[in-house]
Amino acid sequence: MDIQLKRGLLDVCVLAAIKNEDSYGYQIIKDVSPYVEISESTLYPILRRLEASNLLTVRTAEHNGRLRKYYRITQSGLERIEAFKEEWKEIMSIYSFVTKEDLCHE
Amino acid sequence: MNKDMFLSALRTCLSGLPQKDIDLSLDYYSEIIDDRIEDGLSEEEAVKAMGGMDEIVSQILSETSLSKLVKEKVRPKRRLKAWEIVLLILGSPVWFPLAIAAFVVFLAVYIVLWAVIVVLYACVLGFAAGSVGGMACSIIMFATHRTVGGIFIFGASLVCGGLAILMFMGSGKATKGIIWLSKKFLLAIKGCFIRKEESK
Repeated sequence: MDIQLKRGLLDVCVLAAIKNEDSYGYQIIKDVSPYVEISESTLYPILRRLEASNLLTVRTAEHNGRLRKYYRITQSGLERIEAFKEEWKEIMSIYSFVTKEDLCHE
Repeated sequence: MNKDMFLSALRTCLSGLPQKDIDLSLDYYSEIIDDRIEDGLSEEEAVKAMGGMDEIVSQILSETSLSKLVKEKVRPKRRLKAWEIVLLILGSPVWFPLAIAAFVVFLAVYIVLWAVIVVLYACVLGFAAGSVGGMACSIIMFATHRTVGGIFIFGASLVCGGLAILMFMGSGKATKGIIWLSKKFLLAIKGCFIRKEESK
């Protein structure tokens, strides 16, 4: 897959992983990895980038006697997911057009 | 490698970054290793699952701006003593031009890389224009009954057209390669900033 495309998709996947409830690094990796390949080292810069652009916030909470960071989606984060859905509606319609052309030739 | 060894190795690799950034990455990796251990992995396995140190460092670097790295490098770690400030001012005729030169070299490499792309497309455009012009010219020559010259010009314009198409296809690939190369170059420059620190 194209690197730029994958990068954009990963951002949205991470946002989707924290959409319904706050989550932490390892949980995000477990939730996202069945769909897109993601590793610890790729997730870290994504989280930093999303935090810097205000799409998620971070809080620290205690877990089993140690600290763990939980990520919460912001309003702009939710809007980003919505924008992604809209974009993909367009892409899906293009996709169906492209595949329909294939059928005509068969 | 156990967790402490991994974290101290990571700290060494990142030592050119601002302290806050180092702490954030260490916290992140420490948390994930603990989570993996809690999930049933042994400490060794959990550390292994983090992947190679090079990959980790280059991922962090790719999200860190070059200006941040330069700032961190230039920022004094403690208050400068009076004689150091004097030395800095006296030495400015030496280090200032050197700093500018380093920056210009960096810029020059970038410009050269992009110039290659511009040149490639300029050639494509040149061949295409030559082809169109040759076609027009040969038509005029045929019309004025200079058949031999006309055939020659017509052939030449076809060659130009072919070259333009071939080069256009190659240029796309070359552009992608050069963009990749300039990214690698930037990463290598960033790497210099943290690796120098390491040897101290």
